[in-house]
Amino acid sequence: MNDSITNNIAVSVKNVSKNYGETEALKDMSLDFPKGQLTSLLGPSGCGKTTLLKIIAGLLPATSGEVIVNGVKVTTPGPDRAFVFQDFALMPWASVIRNVAFGLELRGVNKTERESIAHKYIGDVGLKGFEHSYPHELSGGMRQRVGLARALAVNADVLLMDEPFSAVDEQTRRKFQEDLLNLVKVEKKTFIFVTHSIEEAVYVSDQIAILLPRPSRVSEIIKPSGFKHKDADSIRKDSEYLDIVDRIWKSLRTYVQ
Amino acid sequence: MNHRPLYLKILSASLLFGAWEISGRIPVSFAFPTFVESMSALFVIIKDGSIFVAYMDTLQPLFLGIFISAILGIGIGLWVGLSEKFNWLVSPIFIVMQAAPLAALIPLLIMVYGVDLTSKVFVVCIMAMPVIVLNTGNAVRNTPFSIKEMGQAFLGSKKDIIFKIILPSSSPIIFAGLRLGVSAGFIGAILAELKITPTGIGDIISYSRSVGDYPTMYAAIFSIILLAVFFLNFLERIENYLFKGNNKGYISD
Repeated sequence: MNDSITNNIAVSVKNVSKNYGETEALKDMSLDFPKGQLTSLLGPSGCGKTTLLKIIAGLLPATSGEVIVNGVKVTTPGPDRAFVFQDFALMPWASVIRNVAFGLELRGVNKTERESIAHKYIGDVGLKGFEHSYPHELSGGMRQRVGLARALAVNADVLLMDEPFSAVDEQTRRKFQEDLLNLVKVEKKTFIFVTHSIEEAVYVSDQIAILLPRPSRVSEIIKPSGFKHKDADSIRKDSEYLDIVDRIWKSLRTYVQ
Repeated sequence: MNHRPLYLKILSASLLFGAWEISGRIPVSFAFPTFVESMSALFVIIKDGSIFVAYMDTLQPLFLGIFISAILGIGIGLWVGLSEKFNWLVSPIFIVMQAAPLAALIPLLIMVYGVDLTSKVFVVCIMAMPVIVLNTGNAVRNTPFSIKEMGQAFLGSKKDIIFKIILPSSSPIIFAGLRLGVSAGFIGAILAELKITPTGIGDIISYSRSVGDYPTMYAAIFSIILLAVFFLNFLERIENYLFKGNNKGYISD
């Protein structure tokens, strides 16, 4: 592989397999994630999306194969990656600001500095004024904003998002998707986004990897491009957007019981 | 912190004490004095200072035992929760300890440790520790997986994950165990004074029973219950101070 290609790839998954005992969760999977773009992992449940994401995060060991992040092979969590959890994974005993600053706290950043960084990101995700609230006082959508701010605060190159919007209501979810599009533009980070919603994947992604189960594999990579410059509302009416949604559904429907 | 309205507290206290007064007047038993009689007896032993002298004796094994049980109990419980092997090794001891008829075992303790402070501290510990260990162990084992995973993902060390995630996450159940353990410890302290050597509050109870001075006996029992209630309240305040966000309304004033 020549340098120009390597430089554009933030995360590269090479021949990764993962077995749970007899069960093959992932088999010989290879996939590249371009720098500065949002790639969705889309597929029916049981196709190993979350498993792949956790292997990239270094939270699960791969049975074989390797994950390269910015040219370096990784096997454990590292400062180059941050994770947004499906169930938010907030600490209920800690205030919003401590939750957001927690990644920095674990890295040994002093209190004044980490709180000023946390402060900025709490504002960025729209939670200004809630710094000293506790998670149980927030709505589901607000909790996930805390989770997102925590991941942004550690300033990792790669953001791993495990169905981040699946536990929030539909309206909040739409707002989140719009915010995410802006975030990708502003933050210049690489996003890897697991979802089971076809519309969501097509709406937010630069690249969609469709994963199929039994055996788990990447069946297709789709790169929506025609509607990326449009504003949030017109995308959902765009004919290319609708076509892609339709096409993906046709290829997935046989796998849905 | 949630505050119950004052009138509710007064109402609940007067219902309890009213029922006490009425059943003392019926009387339920000649050995059951009225509330007023007991309170005047309490006033007498407060005035002549004998209750304070008694507490000097009682508090020593009580607080020593509770302190040892809390520190050791949480430590062992943490280990039990983290290590399956240690759990297998140690949990049965505490389950047996919890179920054992302690009063019957006291002669054995006296034979080994004599009639001094040591035996009494042991009785308090045997009463208080099992519930603290078992609760802590359970709470630690049941720490939500995703918060531990979050700690790993954000580069927490093993020590960080134990002290910044597992312990605070377990704190509501650890404190529930502490409250139960402390209550049991109070019972243990009095039991020790009744069964080992009559000192302190246990002495007041057994002496006044032997001479038929039931109001004084109930006054002593009442005072120890009051002390236990204050101590439990103090424990809740510590919990609320340390882990404010965990307070979802079950901690009260």
